[in-house]
Parts: sequence; C-alpha cells; structure tokens
Amino acid sequence: MKDKVYAAFLILLLTPATALSQGFAGMGQSADGFAMPDPETRFSFPADHGPHPDFRIEWWYLTANLTGDDGRDYGIQWTLFRSATASGDDTQSGWNSPQLWMGHAAVTTPDAHHSTERFARNGIGQAGVEASPFHAWIDEWSMQGPSLKNVNVTAQGTDFGYDLSFDAQGPFILQGEQGFSVKSEAGQASHYYSQPFYEVSGKLMLPDGEVSVTGSGWLDREWSSQPLTADQTGWDWVSLHFDDGAKLMGYRLRDASGGAYAVGTWIEPNGETFPFPNGVLQAEPLVITDVDGREVPTSWRVALPARGVDVEIHAVNPQSWMDTTVAYWEGPVRITGSHTGRGYLEMTGYD
Amino acid sequence: MRKTAFLTLLSHWRRHPFQLVTLVLGLALATALWSGVQAINAEARASYDAAADAVGGSRPVIVAPTGDMDEAQYVTLRRAGWLVTPVVEGWMMTDQGRVRLVGIDPLTAPPDVAAAGVAVDGGLGAFLTAPGRILAAPATAARLSSGDLPPVTATEGLAPSLAFTDIGVAQRLLEKEGRLSRLIVLDTQPLNRPALSDIAPELEFRPSGGQADLARLTDSFHLNLAAFGLLSFAVGLFIVHGAIGLAFEQRRPVFRTLRALGLPARDLTWLLVVELLVLALLSGALGVALGYLIAAALLPDVAATLRGLYGAPVEGALTIRPAWWAAGMGIAVAGTAVAATGALWKIARLPVLAPARPRAWARASQSTLWLQLAAAAALVLVSLVSGLFGSGLVAGFLMLGALLIAAALTLPALLSGFLALAARTARSATAEWFWADTRQQLPGLSLALMALLLALSANIGVGTMVSSFRLTFTGWLDQRLASELYVSAETAEDAAALVAFVEPRVDAILPIWNVEAEIAGAPAEIYGVADHTTYRDNWPLLARLPDVWDRVAAGDAVLVNEQLARRDGLWPGTMLPVPGGPPMEVAGVYSDYGNPLAQVLIGIDALTTRFPDVERLNFGLRLDPAEKDALATALITEFGLPPENLVDQNALKGFSIEVFDRTFTVTGALNVLTLAVAGFAILTSLLTLASTRLPQLAPVWALGLTRADLARIELGRALMLASLTMVAAIPVGLVLAWVLLAVINVEAFGWRLPMHLFPRDWLVLGVLALLAAGLASLWPALRLSRTEPAVLLKVFTNER
Repeated sequence: MKDKVYAAFLILLLTPATALSQGFAGMGQSADGFAMPDPETRFSFPADHGPHPDFRIEWWYLTANLTGDDGRDYGIQWTLFRSATASGDDTQSGWNSPQLWMGHAAVTTPDAHHSTERFARNGIGQAGVEASPFHAWIDEWSMQGPSLKNVNVTAQGTDFGYDLSFDAQGPFILQGEQGFSVKSEAGQASHYYSQPFYEVSGKLMLPDGEVSVTGSGWLDREWSSQPLTADQTGWDWVSLHFDDGAKLMGYRLRDASGGAYAVGTWIEPNGETFPFPNGVLQAEPLVITDVDGREVPTSWRVALPARGVDVEIHAVNPQSWMDTTVAYWEGPVRITGSHTGRGYLEMTGYD
Repeated sequence: MRKTAFLTLLSHWRRHPFQLVTLVLGLALATALWSGVQAINAEARASYDAAADAVGGSRPVIVAPTGDMDEAQYVTLRRAGWLVTPVVEGWMMTDQGRVRLVGIDPLTAPPDVAAAGVAVDGGLGAFLTAPGRILAAPATAARLSSGDLPPVTATEGLAPSLAFTDIGVAQRLLEKEGRLSRLIVLDTQPLNRPALSDIAPELEFRPSGGQADLARLTDSFHLNLAAFGLLSFAVGLFIVHGAIGLAFEQRRPVFRTLRALGLPARDLTWLLVVELLVLALLSGALGVALGYLIAAALLPDVAATLRGLYGAPVEGALTIRPAWWAAGMGIAVAGTAVAATGALWKIARLPVLAPARPRAWARASQSTLWLQLAAAAALVLVSLVSGLFGSGLVAGFLMLGALLIAAALTLPALLSGFLALAARTARSATAEWFWADTRQQLPGLSLALMALLLALSANIGVGTMVSSFRLTFTGWLDQRLASELYVSAETAEDAAALVAFVEPRVDAILPIWNVEAEIAGAPAEIYGVADHTTYRDNWPLLARLPDVWDRVAAGDAVLVNEQLARRDGLWPGTMLPVPGGPPMEVAGVYSDYGNPLAQVLIGIDALTTRFPDVERLNFGLRLDPAEKDALATALITEFGLPPENLVDQNALKGFSIEVFDRTFTVTGALNVLTLAVAGFAILTSLLTLASTRLPQLAPVWALGLTRADLARIELGRALMLASLTMVAAIPVGLVLAWVLLAVINVEAFGWRLPMHLFPRDWLVLGVLALLAAGLASLWPALRLSRTEPAVLLKVFTNER
C-alpha cells in the first residue's frame, strides 16, 4: 500500500502509474509547460543555489565519505528533491502549489545501512530552499549556513541521525559545458554543478551510540524538466575523491537495448575541470551482489585512460539499498588500483 | 423403521399444508423482523467504523482544545520532528443534505488511508492542484451534484457518507482557509523530538482519535431498534409455539401407533427434533431473506435520520454480511427450540397406552395462574430495582423488558378473574356455558393474547412517546425559531453591508455567532446571545435564577442546554469553566431537542471578548411577518444576497419537522409489523383450538344451538377477549411511554420530555386490534358454521 501511495512521487504525479515503463522514475516524460535547459544559461551564485520552480525536477544531493573515531568507514547521504506536478508555480500558493518535496537520508556503516524518506507540500513552509543565507529543509532535517560553502547538515530516522558541518575548500564545479550537462545522443540535458571540496566533521547517531566522524563531502545540484529519454532505464554514477586531491565524476545512462551513454568530468585539485565526451569512460561490473532479491553490481572497474586512471571500486557495504518509495542503491566505496581514495556510487533502475 | 417412521411423521404436513405454512411463515416473520433490525444496526455500525478508520484509524491525534488550529501549527510540529499528517473536516451543504467533507494530505497520510491511495493512482497532480478532485463512495458521490464543487470521482471502497479531497480544496469549500481540524500522529517517529508542550503548548495530545463519540451518541437509537426487533421476535415465537402445539396435538394418535409398533420414545423424540430443525432452517433462510428486504426498505430512512440527528456517516445502501445471515439462522433454530421444548418434553414421556384421541386443552389450574402471578411480581421487582438503582440505557431497557413480560404474565389471571366475575352475572344457561367455555379456552388462547398485549402496549407506549415528543418539539421550535428571517454573509465586509442594508427595515438584528470549543471535556458549541426581548419572551427555559437575562447580558453568567446540565449536573447556581476567561455561573437551563452536542449561551459581548476571532456572519432578523416576503425579495434583488444565504422561519421549521418525522418512520413501520404478527398469532391459536374443540361443541349443538349461533359466539368471544386485552394494554402502554420519556430519553439524548395523552390514538388502535382479532377468528368461525352435522354427530360415535 505504501508503495502504491508514494510511488508516484518521482513518477511525477501527472499520469497514472503506468508511466513506470517510461524510464527510471518517470524522468522520461515530456516537459509540457516547463522551462527547458538552455546551453546559453550561465549560473549566478548564490541565486542558483535556490530552487528553479520553472523546471520540473531539481535536487540538492549531498554525500560524504567519513571515518569515525573508531577507525571505521562511514557514508552519509542527505538529499532534497523538488518536483512540480504542474507548471506555473508563481500563480498558486499555499496548499495549491503544484510543487512537492521529497527528502532522503541515509547512514551507511560497513555492516548496516539505515535509510529513510520524507514528503512535503510546497507553499506552507514544511519544506523549501532559500539561496542566501543558504537554507534547505524538509521537516526537521536541514542544511543551513551563511552560504552553501559552509553548512550544517542534520537528518534523522527512527534509529539513526547525524549532525555534520560541511566546509568547502575549493570552488563550485560546473559539469558538462558551463553547467549544461547532456544526457543522451538525442540531446536530453540538465543544468548541473557540484561542490566536491567539502571537509566534513561532526557526529553520527547510531543504534549503538554516537560516533565522531571526519571526512570529505560532495554536493550535486541539478535541475531539468526531462533529463532522460524514454528508453533510458537507469544510471550508474560515481563521485570519486582520490587521495592525491583530484576528483572524478562519471555516469553511465543505460538504455533498454543494452547500450549506454557515459560522460563525466575530471577535476584537478585546484578546481580546474576537464569534461569528457561519451565513450571515453570505461566502466565494467566486477561483482554482482544479491541485494534484497535484486542483482546489483557492487564492485566496478573504472578506467579513464586519458588521465591514467584504472581503478577498482568496492562498496563499503554492498547492501546499501535505499529502501525508499523510489528505491535505488547508494553507498560509499573504497578505491584501489592506479589511484586510491574513497567515493560514492549510485545505481538506479535495478528493481 | 426410522425412515418409515420419519415419512409417517412428515405425511402430517402433506395432509395439513396450511399448518405447515403457518409454522414456516410464523418463524420466518419472527426471524425477518429480528434479522432486519440487526442488519440495519450492523450496517450503521460498520459505517461508523469505516468512517473512524477512514482517516488515521486508532492513531493518536493532536487537537486544539478550542476547536480548529492554525495550519502553521502543523508546519511547526513537522519541523520539530513530529511526524503528523493534517486533517480538516466539516459539513458541506449540498442540494441533497449535508455531507461530511474530509481534507487530507496524500503525501503525509498514513498508508492505510484508502482515499490517499486512490488520489495517487488517479493522478496526484489533478488531486492537489486547482480545481482538485473529490473522492467518495458511489452512494455519497451521487449526493454531491452541486454546481460549484470540484469534479467528483465515485470510488468503491471508501468510507460511506464521507467525501475526501485535498486539504487545500477542503479548506476552501469549508471556508476554513488556513485552519486544520486535527493532526494524526503517524506510527513511526524519528530518533529525537521535543516534547509537545515545548513546541506547541496550546495543543493537546490524545491517545486515540476516532469517532467513539458517534457510537456513544447513536447507541440509544440502535438499542431502540434492537429492542423492537426482539419484541417482534418474541411475538413471532407465540405463532411458532401455537403451530407446533397444534401439529403435535393432532399427531398424538400417530405417535401412539408408532410407539405401539416398537419405535422407542428416544427415537421418536429425535425424529421430531430433526423434523423441527429442518423446518427451522427452512424458515430461518426465508426469514433472513425477508429481513434483508425489510432492512433494505427501511435503511434509507434510518440513514437519513442518523445523518440528520447525529451527523453519523451512514448511507442508505445495504451490504450483505455473513454474520447476520448466521445470526438469523441461529435465532430461528433457537426460537423453534424454545417454542417446542414443552411439546417435545411431553412426547418423550408419552405412555404407550395414552388415549389416542385429541385432548382438549386442560382447564387452567389455579396453580398455573398463581405461578404466573408470582413470576410477574418478581419481574416487577426486577424492573423497579433496575429503574431505581440502575443507570444507563441497558438498565432502562431491562426495566422496560421486565415490566412488559410481567404485564403479559399477569394477563391470564386478570382475564380469568374477569371471566369468573362475569359468570356470576349470567342469567341463562347459554350465557353460563359461554363464560365457562371461555374460561376453559383461556389457557390455549392466553399465549396469543399475551402477544397481542405486548404488541398493543408497545404501540401505545411508543406512539405516546413519539406524539409527546412531536408536540413538545413543535412547540419548542415555535419558541426557538422566533426570528422571521435568518441571513448569513460570506465575509466580514459583506456582513457589515448586510447589517447596514437591513437595519432601517427591521425591528431588530440578532447576531447568531458561535464557536466550537470544549466544555467539561467534551465538544460543545458556544453561542453569543444579544440582549433582546426575543430571547426574554421566547427562549424555552427549564430552570433559571432570578434576573437570568440581565446577568447573561452583563456577561457574568451563562445558559446551558438540558443535555449538558443533565450530563454534568450543571444546574443554576453552579460554576462552569468557559474557555477564554474566568469561569461563569450557570444562570439557566434551556431545552434543546435534536442537538447531540452540549451548548452554552453567553452574552454577545462576552463571546466577542473571549473569542475575538469568532466569525460574525449570521443574523436573525425580527420584523413584522407581513413584511417578511418583501424584505426577502429586496435582499436578493437589491442587495444581491445569494438565495441560499437566506432562510425563512417557516422553511426552517418545516425542515426540522421533516427531519423529526423521518426519525420515527422506522418506529411506525415496526409498530405496524408487530401488530400484524400479533394478529397472526391469534389466528393460529384459534385454529389450533378450533380443531380440538369439536367434542366440546357437539353436545352444545346437540342441545339445540345452531351452528350459526355457535360461530357467532366464537366470533364474539374473540372480540371480547381482544377488547379486554386492549383495555389492559392501555395502562401498560402508558407506563412504557413514561419510562421511554423520563428514563430512556434522558439517558439516550439528555432531555426529558413532558408526557401527553392521546386517547383518540387508543381508539384507533382498539379498532385495529378488534379488526385483527375479528379477522383472525372469522375463518375458524366460518368453518364451524359450515361443519357437516355428520361430523358433529361422529363425535358421539367415535373413540369417545
């Protein structure tokens, strides 16, 4: 029943549940009445840290690789999704606002994965994002600070919680061409920027007690009205922090015919970016894990020959399944091979 | 052997098909009334449960003790970590009566809220954004046809009589923008959250929400129906008893022959038990089917009553529930067992050499009458004890039940005494024979007469109650609805313009402003009352302090309705805590029929001081009745008041009386049915007697009375006994009415009604009773008058 009630959230609420066949979580639908990503758009911060209600979907996606004072590896996720059931937000307020919010939070330990979700209406103050001073919230979860470079992040579920501060040590990174990120040969695209240089410290609340943690965090900001084509069935996405200070973001959009569209960005320690086109990034599953009855690749070989990268990534906890209404795999990974480090892996469409 | 014996026993029914019909029909009728009433009650209760579960079920709720809360409170709680979901609800007027509208938030609603699931499946975007959608069960959807509502989607499986929509749409339709009725606390809550008192001290946590109130409120109504069903069943059992007695009596020769041929008494008894069981199941099935028809016919009225009187969410559509099928069959079998135990007992101990002739009913022994009187006395005692020391509805009905059975048990002794006295007045041999013969028949008829007594006194009692209630109610309406016109404005600005418009045209403008609040721990209405002669002259006060109206106008005293006064002992002189200020003294109590809620009247100034946010939109207008129509026209055409915002005093009264009458439609129908069953009981008893009385009538015939004379005497006897029973029923019915008015009504509704007598109704009922008895005896009498002389002669030649 719960699934039935909520599955529609990312299915984008416009049509009955049959839309499931149209790409992962319905992101392959048409964008009637909504603004479309424009390659000429140039971001203006801090305004663009705030919501873009003319676009149908948008997210503030924060992950962090952490080490506890007990020496163990941890990962956390804090995500706020915005979704519009209809265009024209400005004309309607209060409960009539067509904008909805969904929050996901998770803590991953080597032997457990805690996750939970929240839903909220726009227009009544239950959830929202303000650009400056920065404040994103849903219910009691929040991401707040003088600016997005320096935020305090909290969330909790029935058996876990966290309270962490994120301090950016480098610039915001524009993905794709000046933040215009193409998702398919057909030209589907989104606006996309990241902040991969967060230093993180704080504490996790776990069933066994509190743990003090430090580590590195990564924020993805993305908005669009139709980021996937109808035959794209899901994606595999990584954000990797190499120990030498370089970063790599790459993703592979799988389509129904078994092909994929893979792009990404190489980020130098100083923040210089080198986007790479489709076909350059190599990614091959190494280990398939049974996750709650689904077959999910939890170890990968990732290679970017142009940068001398040829690494294996292994899930800290292969069972990092987000058992939320819209379910997917999301968890921290360890990197070995030509480079070492830590990162985050997200895989959708494995239902 | 057993098979042959069984077929032999069954052959009786083939030769006496009418007896079979009587037995089956009697049992079916009894079962039908019982299970019909049960079906209605079950349907209504299921509706309450469905409505209670429709939003949140038994989860805890957070409410504002003063009524609605600001929706900002919801956000405050959510942002503090309290996982709650908002609900706003209220009544919505449609062309076809009131509908309860429930606004939900499908995003945060718990997963078992069916409407939320439907909203998502049907396209959440359309549900959430203007104009929105209304979801309702098909029967409810059919009542939602007003023009300016959002599109209505009929959806199977939703709670009856509720209309669901998004919270924002509901707020707009209910004119509760920015307000919420309650917050439902979800099952899972996060790790840490502050105490409710730290974040919203003005809100209150209640362990369970739901509509328990509704079940309590309507309990009386359902108990009433159940009592009626039981009464009908008891009356029906008399028929069954008569039919079984007849069948057994007539088969005595067969029984004796079977025994003489070697069938053990045990086997014979068991065969009869099986026979009765088959008949009981057959009649039970027929009865339940009939009961379904009765319930289906009555339920629309019952549902309308429950909605109108209590605001209970019930629709007029009946669903078949296996539970009451089973219960109906069970009660048919149990009833047959009760009715047949005596007869079976005799068969089991029948000596093989017992006389085979049909035995006329033995004359009532004095000891039986004394036994019955003793039982009646004990029951009167039970009734008195439960009346004096018991409390609550069940005690009230126990009192009633014991009283009725006691009256029924007293009847044979009463009639016997009367007949003994009458016999002394006999001046001729025929008259002496008539009285003696009547006394001899009394035991055979007494069960049927008891049934008649029960039916008649129930009729008188309930009829007196309803008529007294109606008389009081109409008188009260005249007092209560004193204003000639009632108007309401849409907004505060409209209200000001409206007042300015009517001010020069009327004698007085009486504000009718109210808030919903909590008084003495239960929901209540607080009304403001202007200082005006309308109230001083008309308001129906039951108890008062001196200067009551001056003190209310001064704002230091209140009036409470009778329900509240009786429930919490708030009589004049006591202090009542009223929200928004210091406690106030109760200065008077007024009658307030038909209102399930507690109500408090305070001065209009005190109301606006204590509740500054009170909506000031409704007014009563006093003016010369002759100018009423002109003003109404002016308001609509000149001022532009929407016609639905203007109610004429007469229309309001008419509507109230209509609701009242509909409330008792069911009672009336059950009354008629019960009387019919009692008439049927007399018929079967007389038929039973007729066939066994030939040996007694033959000598009288031989002595010179014609068959026509005999038939006339039989008819006259039945009419006389019915009249006597009717006379006895009047005092019993009046006691019943008194208990209903002074005990049951107070317990059930919280008001006590004055009793009025309606002798003309008794006359009508008496004629009906005579008609029933006359019709029932006509056929046996006709048969007697056409009996072949040879048959009468045979009495002297046969076994005797």
